[in-house]
Amino acid sequence: MPHVIADTALIFRRHLRQTLRSKPAMVFGLVQPLLFLVFFGPLLTGIPLGGEGDSWQTIVPGILIQLGMFSASFAGIGIIFEKRMGVIERMRVTPVSRLALLMGRVLKDVVQLLVQSVVVVLVAVAMGLRAPLPGILIGFGFVAALTVSLASLSYALAMRVESPQGFAPVINSVTMPAMLLSGILLPMSLGPRWLDIASHFVPFRYLVDGVRAAFAGDYGDGKIGLACLVATGLAAVAVTLGTRLFRQAGA
Amino acid sequence: MPVITTSGLARTFRTKRGPVEAVRGIDLTVEAGEILGFLGPNGAGKTTTLRMLTTLLPPTGGTATVAGHDLAADPAGVRRRIGYVAQSGGVDPTVSVREELVTQGRLYRLPQPEALARAGELARELDLTELLDRPCAALSGGQRRRLDIALGLVHRPEILFLDEPTTGLDPAGRADLWELIRGLRAEHGMTVFLTTHYLDEADALADRLVVVDQGRIAAEGTAERLKTEYGGSPDATLQDTFIAITGRRTAPRDPAPLTV
Repeated sequence: MPHVIADTALIFRRHLRQTLRSKPAMVFGLVQPLLFLVFFGPLLTGIPLGGEGDSWQTIVPGILIQLGMFSASFAGIGIIFEKRMGVIERMRVTPVSRLALLMGRVLKDVVQLLVQSVVVVLVAVAMGLRAPLPGILIGFGFVAALTVSLASLSYALAMRVESPQGFAPVINSVTMPAMLLSGILLPMSLGPRWLDIASHFVPFRYLVDGVRAAFAGDYGDGKIGLACLVATGLAAVAVTLGTRLFRQAGA
Repeated sequence: MPVITTSGLARTFRTKRGPVEAVRGIDLTVEAGEILGFLGPNGAGKTTTLRMLTTLLPPTGGTATVAGHDLAADPAGVRRRIGYVAQSGGVDPTVSVREELVTQGRLYRLPQPEALARAGELARELDLTELLDRPCAALSGGQRRRLDIALGLVHRPEILFLDEPTTGLDPAGRADLWELIRGLRAEHGMTVFLTTHYLDEADALADRLVVVDQGRIAAEGTAERLKTEYGGSPDATLQDTFIAITGRRTAPRDPAPLTV
């Protein structure tokens, strides 16, 4: 176990350095959520959205989950290029833990997403968001859990495909309906009953509801607890499956 | 004393068109300190065999012991004792030479100060000192190849696996690399397992040649022995000998012959 932790830290630091070297990538990753915040958020100001809090407390959690969902889902694309460069194969011949090869990358993605989430929340506060600090921190926790889940699966998938052309369509075909059905943009309770029912089969909905409840300071209405259960279950299943697929793919 | 032994080593790939037997039972022994040339036409099973011996691909049949560790039961033990240099290399172009070397040392669990010292030592040995702080993308083909080999040597492996090490190098680069490989054996007693398309390279470097074809060993022995036995005379070219063994030329064609 100590080797796994040390190896994970090594892989984490390597990828963190790479990310810090490519600051434009970090900045561009923020463009889409900030555009939603600046150009979409004001449209809903003052409109009753059916939740407990105001419109910013509804929109910002959705944007955070959206940021986590899309960034983590596409995280694996980098590994396709690493495979082509031979870096993955070089590492696989070393005694480094296979789990660390996955988790070092995933944890770097978590840190990157959390930094971006902080920026989004700071901009949102400047635009009018008011939310309790504990609620915001709980929200970040859910973003981290979502990132662990989706990034693990993304890397596992990327190990099994040869090109970005084989990777992106799979991710898009999963994330787009998941985003629409999880109530990221607007609460699903605003829609027709069938849509609301359908969205209950999408686990990300519970995370969005949980973050919204946390941002509204509703810690006791069960949504946060349910989101915790879903996030933990999702992360456990995704990491187990991701690690298995990652190993089966030759890692 | 053998450092690699295989018995019936086999690998079958499942494809949509049915199973493909890439390696059909390789029995091989490589002695400590030996430079073994592993030859064969494209698709003969060279790279698949090498990937199995380096733990990159699990065998579907047979057994193997590498550097005293059973390939199936203790792949991590094998990994600690071998170095591997892939045909395409394996460096990140955005990372500096020093960082790649130090990270590689850390992947083999060298403490940070030791990894740093080893990076400097290898840079001196492989003429990379001036390049330590350059990004790998700025290296020439020959420099990149020397770095690939340095990465394979970071942990002082007992066995170095080289997959087509001189592909893409100019004659001077090939000559330098041959000298380096000879030096590894002479100075460190390292065992080198080398796959190559270039018969002059195999002839010049290897103590013993193993020719594989269609997933099986077609011939093995010293270059002289193979030339006599299959080429008809000790003066036969290795190319003629290879054609006599496999019925095919090596592919791609050898570059201009090089003698060092």
